[in-house]
Amino acid sequence: MTATATSAHSELTELGRSETALRTFLHGLPGVDQVGAEQRAAQLGTRSIKTTAKAQAIDLAIRMVDLTTLEGADTPGKVRALAAKALRPDPADPSCPHVGAVCVYPSMVPYAAEVLRGSGRAAGGTAPHLASVATAFPSGQAPLEVKLADTRAAVEAGADEIDMVINRGAFLAGRYREVYDEIVAIKEACGGDDAGRQGRPRAHLKVILETGELGTYDNVRRASWLAMLAGGDFIKTSTGKVPVAATLPVTLVMLEAVRDFRAATGRQVGVKPAGGIKTTKDAIKYLVMVNETVGPDWLDPDWFRFGASSLLNDLLMQRTKLTTGVYAGPDYFTLD
Amino acid sequence: MSERIAVRKTYKLFIGGKFPRSESGRSYLVQSANVSLASRKDARDAVVAARAAVKGWAGATAYNRGQILYRVAEMLEGRREQFMALGVPADEVDAATDRWVWYAGWSDKLPQVYGGANPVAGPYFNLSAPEPTGVVAVVAPETPALLGLVSVIAPAIVTGNTVVVAASPTAPLAAVTLAEVLATSDLPGGVVNILTGRLSETVPTLAAHMDVNAIDLTGVTDPELAADLEVKAAENLKRVLRPVPVDHDWSADPGLGRMTALLETKTVWHPKGV
Repeated sequence: MTATATSAHSELTELGRSETALRTFLHGLPGVDQVGAEQRAAQLGTRSIKTTAKAQAIDLAIRMVDLTTLEGADTPGKVRALAAKALRPDPADPSCPHVGAVCVYPSMVPYAAEVLRGSGRAAGGTAPHLASVATAFPSGQAPLEVKLADTRAAVEAGADEIDMVINRGAFLAGRYREVYDEIVAIKEACGGDDAGRQGRPRAHLKVILETGELGTYDNVRRASWLAMLAGGDFIKTSTGKVPVAATLPVTLVMLEAVRDFRAATGRQVGVKPAGGIKTTKDAIKYLVMVNETVGPDWLDPDWFRFGASSLLNDLLMQRTKLTTGVYAGPDYFTLD
Repeated sequence: MSERIAVRKTYKLFIGGKFPRSESGRSYLVQSANVSLASRKDARDAVVAARAAVKGWAGATAYNRGQILYRVAEMLEGRREQFMALGVPADEVDAATDRWVWYAGWSDKLPQVYGGANPVAGPYFNLSAPEPTGVVAVVAPETPALLGLVSVIAPAIVTGNTVVVAASPTAPLAAVTLAEVLATSDLPGGVVNILTGRLSETVPTLAAHMDVNAIDLTGVTDPELAADLEVKAAENLKRVLRPVPVDHDWSADPGLGRMTALLETKTVWHPKGV
């Protein structure tokens, strides 16, 4: 728990009004014990999850996957295929749940929407969400108007989740107000908090901190609070485009931040580690950490997601192993 | 000066170019040594390592593979005394080294003998080329410990396959020592993976594994187990090599059969110009 846990909600919302107040608050957050965080994360990674618990964890992890393709070489055909896979990850097994969302570039949103919102829905009527990256992903180095236009275009094309990148240049230079205002503006472009606003869809906002570029755990904690104060619905570790992506300790620091933020304000914020999570074993380590750090409230696709592409196939192979008793091979699952 | 304390050796598995202990932490006493007792998870890890090595090994030029296999033979020659200390007769070590060299020589010759241009009634070049099957699970013969092992590993890998070998449960030391030979040659990690322990634990896992392309049952002596393994292997249409009789003469000329059984033939039709 941080010292701020007792602060009144109203005081926190006032912070964005002045650069000084914001800076004082963010720099007043207690520092992260680096060795402690890394040891805690490593320790939680040693839990053994087997048999029925494993089966449950695998199905939960599948429901939490944001099936992602963010390549320059993405084509409409590839995105349609990906969306079809998101609906029915294992066509051979109807009991396999659909994934949490599909995550694509804004220009690819209509093609994914075609499949996800079309007739090919999963049984029970639910379908994966449709997330789009926006705001000059992955660098975030573009004028604000361009970022806003990018966001609006994605929302209008049918995205109900927006993954924005923060302006790391401004954050690292200490211009917190600028970063804050930008998140507020993007949130507004997503449709704001008001769900019933006429004619404008409301999209969930995920804020990518790009922790690999922030340098320290203290910065990760500050960026997490900044993003939550500005109204982000989710905080996400990485774009997947820099060498250091999601790690267990970074996710631990972010989970502590969302826990403390809920204690202080009553508002729950989701967490999405992205990049570098490739195996079922990794995914289960994250789930254990979520359960131990923030509790079962976050063990739900609405509050925890994995940004991944190759993870899904490994989850499916492990799932097949549990149901058939025979180790599965990658030849029997789609490549993308 | 006090007497020197002997450095005692632990015989471990060989997976992905490394020597890990069994994931299960178990070992068993055989040939007066502690040897790792592989579990089905070790078998799974070995298949993952073998699959990862396929691209590089099958993609290497035949000449390059041959050179690496010659290098293995050089290392094998250098460890002659060590194998003899494990109870392998001198002439068997020599025969094993010669067998290895013989197979190494086939690396760039087999495609010429076994593939080539086919005469067809049309304006096409029609070419057949042998390609490796992929990941091969191998049950090594119980005896002879070294010559038998070399006679099943070398023909599988010379053409570009990668192997997961279940070593002889009663004489595994020669297999682990061969792993040391392979690790000190230029053989990429994962091309040969060696599991020691009970066949009944590791081999059924390998036979049923969907990411294994062929299984060589040479060392299976129990006919019931062999039948069961063949049934498991049928699930994904693995190529199966049947068990070899216990009294098989391993010093005889092996022929090309062991190499060609683990190949797929790719035939290409190419239009001829006018």
